[in-house]
Amino acid sequence: MVEVRLENLKKYFNKGKVKAVDGIDLTIKDGEFLVLLGPSGCGKTTTLRMISGLELPTDGKIYFGDRDVTYLPPKDRNISMVFQSYAVWPHMKVYENIAFPLKIKKFPKDEIDKRVKWAAELLQIEELLDRYPAQLSGGQRQRVAVARAIVVEPDVLLMDEPLSNLDAKLRVAMRAEIKKLQTKLKVTTVYVTHDQVEAMTMGDRIAVMNQGKLLQVGPPTEVYLKPNSIFVATFIGAPEMNLLEVSVKEKENSIILEGEGFEIPLPSDFKELLENYTDKTVVFGIRPEHMTIEGVSSLEHVKRSTTIEGTVDFIEALGTDTIVHANIGSGHVIKVKLPGHIPLEVRSKVRIVIDLDNIHVFDKNTGKAII
Amino acid sequence: MKWKSFLPYFLILPALAYLVFFIAYPLTQSFILIFKESDIQVLKVLTDRNFLMALKYTLALAVAIIPIQVALALILAVIMNKGFKGRDLALYALIIPLIISDVAGGLIWYSILAPYGFLNKVLINIGILDSPIYFFGYQFRNMEFLAIVLAELWRLTAPVFVMILAGLQMISKDYIEAAEVFGATYWIKLRRIIFPLLKPTLQTVLLIRTIWSMQIFGIVWVLAGRDIPVLAGEAYYQMTELKNYGVASIYVLVIATLSILLGALYLKFLKAEYLEVKT
Amino acid sequence: MSEEIKRKLKQTIFYTLIFIVVSWVLIPLIISALYAFASSSEYYNPNRIIPHSFTVSHIKTVLITLGALKGIKNSILVALLTITISFILGVPAGYSLAKFVFPLRDSIKLSIVGLKVFPLAIMAVPLVKLYIRLRLIDTLLGVALAHTVIALPYVIFITSSIFVGIPKEYEEAAMVFGLTRFGSFLRITLPLALPGLAAAAMFTFVMSWNEVFMAAVLTLHNRTLPAQILSLLAGATGGATPAYYKFAAAFIMILPAMLFVFFARKYLITMWGISLK
Repeated sequence: MVEVRLENLKKYFNKGKVKAVDGIDLTIKDGEFLVLLGPSGCGKTTTLRMISGLELPTDGKIYFGDRDVTYLPPKDRNISMVFQSYAVWPHMKVYENIAFPLKIKKFPKDEIDKRVKWAAELLQIEELLDRYPAQLSGGQRQRVAVARAIVVEPDVLLMDEPLSNLDAKLRVAMRAEIKKLQTKLKVTTVYVTHDQVEAMTMGDRIAVMNQGKLLQVGPPTEVYLKPNSIFVATFIGAPEMNLLEVSVKEKENSIILEGEGFEIPLPSDFKELLENYTDKTVVFGIRPEHMTIEGVSSLEHVKRSTTIEGTVDFIEALGTDTIVHANIGSGHVIKVKLPGHIPLEVRSKVRIVIDLDNIHVFDKNTGKAII
Repeated sequence: MKWKSFLPYFLILPALAYLVFFIAYPLTQSFILIFKESDIQVLKVLTDRNFLMALKYTLALAVAIIPIQVALALILAVIMNKGFKGRDLALYALIIPLIISDVAGGLIWYSILAPYGFLNKVLINIGILDSPIYFFGYQFRNMEFLAIVLAELWRLTAPVFVMILAGLQMISKDYIEAAEVFGATYWIKLRRIIFPLLKPTLQTVLLIRTIWSMQIFGIVWVLAGRDIPVLAGEAYYQMTELKNYGVASIYVLVIATLSILLGALYLKFLKAEYLEVKT
Repeated sequence: MSEEIKRKLKQTIFYTLIFIVVSWVLIPLIISALYAFASSSEYYNPNRIIPHSFTVSHIKTVLITLGALKGIKNSILVALLTITISFILGVPAGYSLAKFVFPLRDSIKLSIVGLKVFPLAIMAVPLVKLYIRLRLIDTLLGVALAHTVIALPYVIFITSSIFVGIPKEYEEAAMVFGLTRFGSFLRITLPLALPGLAAAAMFTFVMSWNEVFMAAVLTLHNRTLPAQILSLLAGATGGATPAYYKFAAAFIMILPAMLFVFFARKYLITMWGISLK
């Protein structure tokens, strides 16, 4: 049960040419479930492996509480890890697999037995204790890996995409189980994944990474509703946030975001926020669910809005929701997500209502959020 | 087209027919020949002093060489499995003996162990010895035995090493990292994870190496001639010098039988339980 | 002792060990090569560990007077023949095992793997009677045929593994676009399999070049190099030959193989490891 602190953590390969992890500062609170989220190659697994000690950093420090563990071998860090491949040893029975960490730490025999049975019960694999891993399914082996990780009560629990090799249904079930388990045990957990749904449903906080850098850290709702960059905004959320390149044009009492073939009018209070960008190009972003269509869907929850016109291009009827693809001008198509079944026809003209409390404007060059 | 379904058989038939013809046919011929000669003849050969000596020395060489060799190869493989600077160069050097035949190997070691060979010259010049150690010649039979052991340790550790290294590299890195994470020291990793997972490889390696050793010939012939009789050497001698086809065949069949017996023994006693369970 | 010093010490010990092991392999080779070229006075001089004056006369004698050159020619011929025959027989067999599923497949596979473990070289003795009848005795073809018996299981096994590694979709795509199965084998599979086949050929060459028992039993006059050296320089009669001829012979035997392998070293380890499984 410790706080994990990463200070300016770096991992370079190939004499500095490959910057896998490029200066990460992150504090993971005691008992927190922190998700490291990012695309393949962003450095999240490398960061995890440095926390574990399986890789040593090129620069920077790692602290567990007050202890500087930066260069300690894994066995001295009091950690546990669940590998993506589970790494359940094939030549040992399930019982011996789970008991291994305890045996290494020289626990007395009856204590080992007690704990193994406790972990097995938590993961519902009591009947499998006498089997060999080859006799188990992938999902069962994964549970063995988790049981083995919790049995020794580590200071930090590390998980490297443990669910990615499971089929979809099992994944959803295990997500909830792992989160419940962690809440119960209150162990500081660092969880690596590229699946943003996993991150959103499981994390107390999400740390979004790309190209070795930490882009944003915060609770799921914050990262979702207030992304600080285009990357974070588009990586999280499906369907993706709509992005449109516009230039900021000032009018007497309002501001207009002028795009190619369309215009988004904004009320005057946005003038101040955008004052440095007059006549410059920015990127406007709005999530599909933060828009509605006049006359077709309810508008009550939207406090402030603006409207643009479009022609329906394509409709995805998903059953629970409908995604309307609307051409707002010169081929720019945005997606609007509406609940339920929407009786619209292709080529019909619609007025799209944009919720102004949830718009985003990003700097075109840096990608950082302005609004 | 019906004949299409016979295509796999057509493709494999020539090779199979070849092997049957060149192996099964002569082998059966030998068997028949042996059984045609009265049992007393066969018994005479099997109790002949020459034969018993050949059997003794063949087995003795195997016992002297194989355990050390496998242990050596195992240590080498574990060391070479780590990455380190210059590893590739070292690896290339270590595998050179793979292409050296037993005859060449014997001749090479002659240059080391001969009276005017490297070893003697070095030891004399340093002052440890006054006169050379004699490794060769009938009266130095025990030294000849030692020479053979040294030469074979030098020559055949390479293929054994390569086989073990291949097996070692097949062990998924994850298994070892998981052990590290859960607190295993280097020795625990070796003992509880790597070694058990290496057992199937070791079984194969021991099997192959033992069967090779039953056929040991060229290196003995080069370093000791018939001073150290071995089964294959005696077979060769009976066949080419004494033109005694029948006796040679008996020797050959003994080698074959020994190999099969030892093979069966290894398979029985080195089984890994975790590979046998029904998945 | 500080961590840093401990680490450096471990490293030094480690590299020393590596150095010792590598020297242990290389020194006998270097010594025998040096002695092969040492003039006899240098060799018999007890104070000269490393010879200073060299000569090629020993090599020449072994090659020409003792006929090793002919032995080399014979060995090369036999090796090439062996490769040819074992490939003609083995490649289709490997292909069959890799690409088709048929009853008996597993038992055939098992028996071929079993053959690798069987002492095949000693088959030479039972073969003699057959060879006399077929008039193959003391012929290079005879030796090549015998070597093929040893080589076949390996060739079948290696080529089978190689072909398994080539996805059948590649061939199927070619067949969809108009090639016959044989055509797609020639134009698609074979080129992709070439590196592996080259390694198998190299393995077979080395095996045949070094093989001595069969060659010695099945021939009298047309001997391959190892068989010839064996009768010249070893055994009861040969044991008394001067030492430097032995070293020259060793050098002659190793050089071609070393050159051959040097040019294909990348394949050696992987192929040897796979084929000996």
